[in-house]
Amino acid sequence: MEYFLGIDYPTLWYLVVGLLFSGYAILEGFDYGAGMWHLFFRKDLSRRIAINAIGPLWDANQVWLIIGAGALFAGFPVMYATMLSSMYVPFMLFLMFLVLRSSAIKFRSAERMLWWRKTWDIIYFTANVFISFLLGVVLANILQGIELAENYSYKGGMFFSFLNPYAIMVGLTTVSLFMTQGAIFLLLKTEGRLHARLTFLLKKGMIFFIVSFAATSLYTLVFLHGVTDTFKEHPIYFVIPVLAFLAVANVPRLASKKKYAYALIFSSLTMAFLLMLVAVQLYPVLLPSTIGPEYSVTIYNAAASQKSLGIMLTIVLIGTPLLAGYFLFLYKTFHGKVKLDDTSY
Amino acid sequence: MDVEILARIQFAFTIAFHYIYPPLSIGLGLIMVFMEGMYIKTGNKQYEILTRFWLKIFAITFGIGVATGIIMEFEFGTNWAVYSRYVGDIFGSALAAEGLFAFGLESAFLGILLFGWNRVSPKVHFISTIGVFLGSMFSAVWIVVANSWQQTPAGYHIVGEGFNARAEVTDFWAMVFNPSSVDRIIHVWQGAFLAGAFLVLSVHAYYLLKERYVEISKKAFKIALGIATVISLTQLLSGHSSAEVVAENQPAKLAAMEGHYEESGSADLYLFGWVNDETQEVTGLKIPGGLSFMIDQDFEAPVTGLNAFPKEDRPGQVNAVFQFYHIMISIGMFLIGLTLYASYLWWKGRLFEKKWLLKIFAFSVLLPQIANQVGWFAAEMGRQPWIVYGHLRTNEGFSQEVSSNQILFSLILFLVVYAILFLLFIYSVNKKIKHGPYDEAKNPDEFLKYVS
Repeated sequence: MEYFLGIDYPTLWYLVVGLLFSGYAILEGFDYGAGMWHLFFRKDLSRRIAINAIGPLWDANQVWLIIGAGALFAGFPVMYATMLSSMYVPFMLFLMFLVLRSSAIKFRSAERMLWWRKTWDIIYFTANVFISFLLGVVLANILQGIELAENYSYKGGMFFSFLNPYAIMVGLTTVSLFMTQGAIFLLLKTEGRLHARLTFLLKKGMIFFIVSFAATSLYTLVFLHGVTDTFKEHPIYFVIPVLAFLAVANVPRLASKKKYAYALIFSSLTMAFLLMLVAVQLYPVLLPSTIGPEYSVTIYNAAASQKSLGIMLTIVLIGTPLLAGYFLFLYKTFHGKVKLDDTSY
Repeated sequence: MDVEILARIQFAFTIAFHYIYPPLSIGLGLIMVFMEGMYIKTGNKQYEILTRFWLKIFAITFGIGVATGIIMEFEFGTNWAVYSRYVGDIFGSALAAEGLFAFGLESAFLGILLFGWNRVSPKVHFISTIGVFLGSMFSAVWIVVANSWQQTPAGYHIVGEGFNARAEVTDFWAMVFNPSSVDRIIHVWQGAFLAGAFLVLSVHAYYLLKERYVEISKKAFKIALGIATVISLTQLLSGHSSAEVVAENQPAKLAAMEGHYEESGSADLYLFGWVNDETQEVTGLKIPGGLSFMIDQDFEAPVTGLNAFPKEDRPGQVNAVFQFYHIMISIGMFLIGLTLYASYLWWKGRLFEKKWLLKIFAFSVLLPQIANQVGWFAAEMGRQPWIVYGHLRTNEGFSQEVSSNQILFSLILFLVVYAILFLLFIYSVNKKIKHGPYDEAKNPDEFLKYVS
């Protein structure tokens, strides 16, 4: 086994994948979140502004999903193959909604007809809700484990087995978390009456989030066996749930002071801490088997070769600063409130 | 139907649909770099109008390319799980490199390209155009590297046995520069340039026929014709060089492309024909010994034929491979003739005088698209029965635990959504073409005042 800074390669790659998915959750979190408020805006102009708030950014944000999935394939091919083929139907629906969402953004404002725009508005809203919900469903099933037998063969049901109560709860929590993130982002990008309406909507969103978050946490602690094991063994990790809780509590406080940029940072941190919680709890398992722990997919039995991981870590070290540069430039260019012009959607 | 066939149909359908768009994006990207470059250099606003116009069509093309591409990225895992575990170690690094180096570049600059006209200076905008174009070129590199590795594996060793067998990288650069990758990357790039150039040629030929936007259309037509002529000629070279690599590394594929069955004997080159797999005969117009000559510069040189391989180790659909391959070549030859003749007229100063020629250009937009599709069909069907040449069979590569009902469900979903997407694409591109680069009621200078 090869090490870098005293950490073995699969663990390092686990961190890379974790960071990529956190980035995806944070950035597409506000994109999907903004989309889930879409039908709450009544005027066509407000809806256009909301779409154009993410207009130049969403394609770039989506890259985090592409790189994240690529990194999973590259570093843990067994996990990539097992997760996607087991959860076939949820992922196919997820992909289909991604396509519909992209089409809605591109085509919605291309025509003036009312029926055209209204149809796309509904598709756009629905797609964003289902994408977020399905992400939560997948996460919940990873936490609970699925029925894996030898050779990573999946023995469970096709679709409805994934829609268990816990998955629905985590799905709703993801929806509410993204909605909060999206509302804060839109507050940064809008002004006037739309802005005023969003301050009202953000409050509703935060209530939705806090209720579903509390319910999910309670359910996790009571019904998911062994979720606290890691934390009992290593009390130091208790700092993560504490930080997550503080970040959650900070969002309404900052929002009421109208410090939306800071609120966005803290709601992003909330996501990061929650994902960290999941990562710490699962490690070194990637996909637990409910049939027997010996069938679980772990970072060691799923990993690519040491040689390959070494190459990819080099690629990441070279590529990350470049990517950071592009993103800084992009976000700097489109800083500030939305202004519609002839190039807008 | 069984799972394998359904998985193959779904893959073929989703990849073929996807492959309409990225080549167009790459090709249009190149043309926009030239158009905007001319604008930066000369300051002539007509080039800005052209860039803005093509950018709108590029935006739709690129968007659908990305959306359908994400599906491909996940489909390896959902439908081809065994294959994914087998090649993950090899494929993974190419895919990760594509994501970080290529996709990051193109998607980040895309925002500036599409929405940045009023926010950045013309030079920075031009740099973004180049960034997006280069990003799309790099994407093609990594994905073709991965596919080429499946055709001509190199820089790897096989570890484990049975279900746990997989390929692992031993030499990264040998893997990247496997025997077929360089030729195929160039061939794919050129196919993409032609797809873009012929769309531009077609649209501006249409305007010239309708006598609309005459002045700017002449400029755009010349840019695209220059590119199309050079590329269709050089395409012949990369194609020939690709075929030589196939001859060396995948003899069964080459034999299928020309319907050559005899175990070892002089092989003919067909201009067109029909293969009867049962009688092992080809009827058509041929150059006797032509294939032998192409490979060894000797009409008598022996070429390994299909019968040298056991039935289960050679492509099943010989006639299909033969036809796809020959359609691609015929189109390539036609495009060379067409562009050379047009360039000759250009040199003589009579390019826009022949209406029939413009009409041919208006319709020829489909030709590079067809050639790109059938070229890939020939390459992929010729590789059968292998998914990784010589190591893993296609009938071993699909997801074992996925049921045929699940694939049927997703296949129907894809058919419906992609059909809608295709109609939307045709509708909106057609609308943009009909509307034209600017409102004809206004003259170009007024139009520019209006947009900025």
